Amino acid sequence: MALKGAVLSFPHLGDYHVPIAYFAKRLLNMKVIKPLPITKKTLEIGAKYSPDSVCVPFKYNLGNFIESLDQGASVLIQAGGGCRFGYYAEVQEQILRDLGYKFTFIRIVSNDKLTVTNIYRQLKQINPRLNFFLFIYYFYFIIRMSKSLENIQQYVNKNSGFEVEKGSFGLLYNKFLGEIELVNNIGELNRLFLRYQRAFNKLPINKPVDCLKVGIVGEVYVAIEPFSNCYVESQMAKKGVEVTRLVTATRILLRRPKDHRDLLVKAHPYLKYAIGADGTDSVAKTKVFAEEGYDGVIHIKPFACIPELNAMPMLQKISHDYNMPILYLSFDAQTSEAGVLTRLEAFYDMLLMKRGH
Amino acid sequence: MKKGYLGVDVGSISTKGVIIDSDNNIIAEDYLWTEGNPVVAVKQLLKNLLVKTRNKDLLVVAVGTTGSARKLVGTILNAQVIKNEITAQAIGTLELYPEVRTIFEIGGQDSKIILIENGIIVDYAMNTLCAAGTGSFLSSQAKRLGMHPEDFGKWAIRSKKPTKIAARCTVFAESDLVHKAQIGHKKEDIIAGLCRSVVLNFLNNVGKGKNIKPPIVFQGGVSKNIGVVKAFADITGEEIKVHKYGHLTGAFGVALLAKRANDEHCFDFNFVNMHFETKGIECMKCPNNCEIICVYKNNKIIDSWGNRCDNGAVLKQ
Repeated sequence: MALKGAVLSFPHLGDYHVPIAYFAKRLLNMKVIKPLPITKKTLEIGAKYSPDSVCVPFKYNLGNFIESLDQGASVLIQAGGGCRFGYYAEVQEQILRDLGYKFTFIRIVSNDKLTVTNIYRQLKQINPRLNFFLFIYYFYFIIRMSKSLENIQQYVNKNSGFEVEKGSFGLLYNKFLGEIELVNNIGELNRLFLRYQRAFNKLPINKPVDCLKVGIVGEVYVAIEPFSNCYVESQMAKKGVEVTRLVTATRILLRRPKDHRDLLVKAHPYLKYAIGADGTDSVAKTKVFAEEGYDGVIHIKPFACIPELNAMPMLQKISHDYNMPILYLSFDAQTSEAGVLTRLEAFYDMLLMKRGH
Repeated sequence: MKKGYLGVDVGSISTKGVIIDSDNNIIAEDYLWTEGNPVVAVKQLLKNLLVKTRNKDLLVVAVGTTGSARKLVGTILNAQVIKNEITAQAIGTLELYPEVRTIFEIGGQDSKIILIENGIIVDYAMNTLCAAGTGSFLSSQAKRLGMHPEDFGKWAIRSKKPTKIAARCTVFAESDLVHKAQIGHKKEDIIAGLCRSVVLNFLNNVGKGKNIKPPIVFQGGVSKNIGVVKAFADITGEEIKVHKYGHLTGAFGVALLAKRANDEHCFDFNFVNMHFETKGIECMKCPNNCEIICVYKNNKIIDSWGNRCDNGAVLKQ
């Protein structure tokens, strides 16, 4: 594949654009542009050219692609998974071609398995001079980078609701996000991470020992991308709640066959077999949250997401057995933010009232 | 001079207001249509409440707002408490029925179920992306059948054999209804069937997976429809309690919350003579184009909201 002067772009997923762009820049021997930040316009464009009934991550991805193509991108990357996500690449490529765009489209997942060797093979096609060891090094590198991001995010979610100085967590997090892009090697990355970990630990918080704790489970895209879930995490944290989201990109990427079996063990006795994509995961994590005594769980899914719909009866059962309320939220291109905020507020009031007695 | 506490519930279809005294008795209440203009509706509501309390030597010392326009109305009324309608309704109902276990609520465009144990909310659910089977659907079907929504219930309970009407979706229910009418089903049977379909829809969607236990209280505007009340009783096999203030529980609840807030300052009914205006502006500083709402009181900006980031913060003058 001769791709001289090519410009690569990819869809957004939370703050993972940082490691993805970092990886692509160093390995693919081409210019990389990040998609524009997701805005209402992204969703509008995406929804306009998508089938109406498709799940909402498709619309966001397509919107990102179109905005990137308009910025001059000529190579697009899409992944895939074990649900409708598996068809995203084909359908999006066709839609973009029908719109008249000229570009090279790369599916890093050709069958439904997202494995390291598969990714290498696909990338080798873009950059024939790609060195396997270098690939492994940078792959490891961005996994470390993503994990650092996730660790910091988790700390922010758990503590930002109790910040003494309003906005201090957000400010420091943005600074961290700006600096992590600039590291040159793993040593620097580790030092940066430790420095920021200390800085975050030093930020003054006023956190009661028995604060309200809420877990977030659900479909990966909508759970991770804050724009698509009306900022559930920060909205909940703002009320003075410790928020925990265990759904992260590295967990999905690094999941081995053994982990799938472990999930079923964790989900026992609510599940006997996997229910597709992240459905099993949602059940297992909800049960973990319930056992750890969380006050409540928020289940997030795109409207009409089949694996998560599969998970819901089990979640209801867990909710009933452990006497732990679960708030179910569905998101699509039409979701009104006001409706989501009303439900979150009521959920919070309920947890607080429940705790008070 | 007695102290009073005002609760205002501005919903999509109707605007409700109550004034309670320090013993939680409702001394004045009013109910009118929002008609898409919450500010005007609230002004009218307060005028009516003022007339009703004129001779009662009352001083309103706390205000609470709820309903979908709670923020806007709360801002212009300078309310102490701005609370979502789910919490407000639960609080209101608990005051009327302390032993309640399940609350069904069907309003103009929303429906919810609230589960209560030992006087505290333990679970709730609200209709999500669809408003099927809510009050506005019933009133549009009433118009289609050429009657007032108020008469709907009377027709429904006359029926001996309710017609089966598709319950899943408003659009399908409507075409099914037309079909059943055209092939000759009796009007009262169709109306009773419609009431049943509203109930089935509610229990299958909002109430799905919820442990419904008596005593059950049914409230919201639709609770005034005796046909729906009967259908609920038939299908759940339980007694359904409907309070005469069932449509006011949101306003009542938020009045109670305002009273409990312990932050009293005299409310000025002169509000009705003030000029309020809201303006929507698009930020345009990034492609997100946040719609920012600015609220003006006598041409002076008092609050604004809707911006996602600080770039869109409207300077307060």
